[in-house]
Amino acid sequence: MESADSGAPVTRADITLTVNGDLLRIDVDTRSSLLDVLREGLGLTGAKKGCDHGQCGACTVLADGRRVNACLLLAVAADGLEVTTVEGLADGDVLSPVQEAFLGRDAYQCGYCTPGQLCSATAVLDEAARGWPSAVTADVADAPDLDDAEIRERMSGNLCRCGAYVNIVAAVREAASPEPVQEVVR
Amino acid sequence: MRSFTYARAATAQDALDACTGETRYLGGGTNLVDLMRLGVETPGKLVDVTRLPHDAIEHRPDGGVLIGAAVRNSDLAADPGVRERFPVLSEALLAGASGQIRNQATVGGNLLQRTRCAYFQDVSKPCNKRAPGSGCPAIEGEHHNLAVLGASPSCVATHPSDMAVALSLLDARVRVRRRDGEDVVALDSLYRDPGDDPSRDTTLDPGDLITGVEIPGPAGMPAKYRKVRERASFAFALVSVAGGIDVRDGRIHDSRIALGGVAHRPWRARRAEDVLRGAPATEESLRRAAATELERAEPLRDNGYKVSLAANLIVAVLGDLIGGRS
Repeated sequence: MESADSGAPVTRADITLTVNGDLLRIDVDTRSSLLDVLREGLGLTGAKKGCDHGQCGACTVLADGRRVNACLLLAVAADGLEVTTVEGLADGDVLSPVQEAFLGRDAYQCGYCTPGQLCSATAVLDEAARGWPSAVTADVADAPDLDDAEIRERMSGNLCRCGAYVNIVAAVREAASPEPVQEVVR
Repeated sequence: MRSFTYARAATAQDALDACTGETRYLGGGTNLVDLMRLGVETPGKLVDVTRLPHDAIEHRPDGGVLIGAAVRNSDLAADPGVRERFPVLSEALLAGASGQIRNQATVGGNLLQRTRCAYFQDVSKPCNKRAPGSGCPAIEGEHHNLAVLGASPSCVATHPSDMAVALSLLDARVRVRRRDGEDVVALDSLYRDPGDDPSRDTTLDPGDLITGVEIPGPAGMPAKYRKVRERASFAFALVSVAGGIDVRDGRIHDSRIALGGVAHRPWRARRAEDVLRGAPATEESLRRAAATELERAEPLRDNGYKVSLAANLIVAVLGDLIGGRS
């Protein structure tokens, strides 16, 4: 991407992204993160800039179906990816199972981290369905069920400073379980 | 962040050709992009190597495995063959970072990630690794999580990778594409002690490109990875141990031990391994081996706990394997 005529360094690029199903062509500064393009360029402010260092998970989106920290992914390097943000999880007015579970379980307080939690939890269910182990899986050759210890470990890249973790774990457990969870959350 | 140009390499030769002057290869970016944001790294050009054709995990007939440098950490950790035959590698990968970061981070980038020493990451502070000759404030300052083995008066940084510790135990070799051809480097020869030039983490030259990692087959002795950190998940190691042991008729036939969080490199504990070979499979042997390795430790004011922690972890990991409590 060197300039052909002037010889000056080219620090912008045309990229293509599919965002929540829409194919977009976007001109970006090479320094822009995917998060900045989503929030500032496309007005999709669901994903949050919590720490901008990949430590809090508030910016979590799905890229080609995999959860990533949008703050650490340069937009120019995301060229060609299919991105799903929290705005794209629902089907119209029909919430996704993870969204329904968060709503039913009151799995938030201020809500700032919630978009990242929702995207991350959506991917956690998919990873578990593919049989991925985690750091708390006793034998990594096994494909474990999502018990509470597994959920806590797998969601550890998403911080909640309100401390809504108890209900977040319950919500993920409910979304992961084909059977309704019976106990009452107080 | 300083402006930079971006190029995407289609072949390793493309990448080498594009790598001039102030260039950095871009993997998943989980460390490099952050360091650029912090002003620690200021490349004028990034060459994206994530779309090179080094993205496969190939299990070999001899039981070994060849892992492409662009394979994502999560895919390597989840690979059925790796989980079956080299579980210690999956365990180490899963002990590192978060699900999001493992999805982005590549194998090559994991090997070449920089220390998380707070002084290195803070451009307002001196640091011999970041600004050679400026000094090391960590030695008198905040160093509770820094090195106790192989450090120098110039630098007490630790290498942060979990994966590399398991790869050290597995006698992995790193495939490197250089300007003058291909090379294969033992993982333990990739890394170096800081000495009087901590600016260099590895023995690679500028422009060298890691294309893959080979683990020789067949899979050997049972091994486990155990990591101690300041919270239950998503934190770097205070001390970690990858330990393997092969016990026959009550005697230790062979053992391999690598330590993380204690040195500028994944620390292969060969002195401990030497003590263990032929010794009775008892806790006393394990204690003696750990003590022999850690005789060389030179803890600072606030990180002496790492010496006893490392010894206890070695004994615990190998003891569990001997006792069948893996």
